[in-house]
Amino acid sequence: MGYSLDFGWLADATGAIARGAATTILLIAVTTLAGTFLSILGAAGRRNGPLLLKRAIGVYVEIIRNTPFLVQLFFIFFGLPSIGVRLDPVLAAMLAMTLNMAAYTIEIVGAGLDAVPRGQTEAALALGLRPRQVFVKIVLPQALKVIFPALTSQIIIMMLESAVVSQIAVRELTYEADMLQARTFRAFETYFVVTMVYLVLSMGLRRLLVSGGRRALGAGVS
Amino acid sequence: MIEFTFWDIVRNLLFAARWTVLLSLAAFVGGGVVGMVVLFFRIAGNKWARRLASGYIALFQGTPLLMQLFLMFFGLPMLGLRIEPWTAAALGLTFFASAYLAEIWRGGVDALPRGQWDAGASLGLHYLQELRLIILPQAFSITRAPTVGFLVQLIKSTALTSIIGFEELVRTSNAINNATFEPFTVYGLVALIFFVMCFPLTQYARSLERRATTN
Repeated sequence: MGYSLDFGWLADATGAIARGAATTILLIAVTTLAGTFLSILGAAGRRNGPLLLKRAIGVYVEIIRNTPFLVQLFFIFFGLPSIGVRLDPVLAAMLAMTLNMAAYTIEIVGAGLDAVPRGQTEAALALGLRPRQVFVKIVLPQALKVIFPALTSQIIIMMLESAVVSQIAVRELTYEADMLQARTFRAFETYFVVTMVYLVLSMGLRRLLVSGGRRALGAGVS
Repeated sequence: MIEFTFWDIVRNLLFAARWTVLLSLAAFVGGGVVGMVVLFFRIAGNKWARRLASGYIALFQGTPLLMQLFLMFFGLPMLGLRIEPWTAAALGLTFFASAYLAEIWRGGVDALPRGQWDAGASLGLHYLQELRLIILPQAFSITRAPTVGFLVQLIKSTALTSIIGFEELVRTSNAINNATFEPFTVYGLVALIFFVMCFPLTQYARSLERRATTN
């Protein structure tokens, strides 16, 4: 007789799973806002900033894109305290996720900025708008519209990657799964259920972002 | 207590990096083979075959790799297979890679003009010959940049196998860190080793991309 599946523990576990999912959602919400904001600054700085800033942003992007997120997380959580920067797990996770996502979205936002025709800026300047207004009101909305699908994908990838922040004891969905399986000894069933929760979260998040994007940026967002 | 000098740390990390390289290669090759099978289903004439492949891809792209590894590690023993961290890691990453590679290559197949298929058919080639001689060579050639780009992602993803107990670079670095209490140095070096492995590939992918856009 082989192994038989048992989902009897599930009824008592829904609270823990829901709490974990809520933390995962909170993490990705903060990361999305902070990461997008940071990448707009980064992309603008990389195009119009002083040479030193351009270089620094370039180096940052390459370092993050060519090292694993888990190592970045460990470096921030375990490594930074030795130079006096001590963060609690949730803050460390948010910082690592934001820095990681921004490195990818800086390039995405940059591509969007490049896609806005130069004439748009010139026309806006000719109408007497100040440079900052031109960027915020004319160029940026058009750029965001172009890059919205890519941005959505990146946000979902980041949400899935956030599973590893359980390794620094952030009580999100994967951490709750680890705790549950240690208590129930039903490792496969626990991870199966939680995997399905992640699947629902990623599909729901995609739908939410697409419909929200349509509302905020107007039609033509796919 | 053993004292670790800086060079001891570096040497141990470099030894562990062998396993990271080996695992990446195994998963890339395995993922390529399985990915080809998924690709055949994904572009098949049969609607159900296409749906099955789409579902497979959506499942792997819509769930965390860490969960896939856990399911592999705890699920396979239920089927009566004795499983070591290495097997779970290699199999988990293989399936993960197969979904992504199939999707990348499907993009290449879709990008080819319909006329390529028609021309093949008019030459009297049957379906498999068309794929082998006309469609796939072109699809692979135009997706070379994203394929290399995915290899970079795969190398970085091997870090997660440390969590299911595979002794690669990150797991070794955790052990060294517990012995030396020098996390800044240890994780800094780990990041550097990954960077040295990934950066040339990133640059290569970028140059392929540039070549593709100028042509």
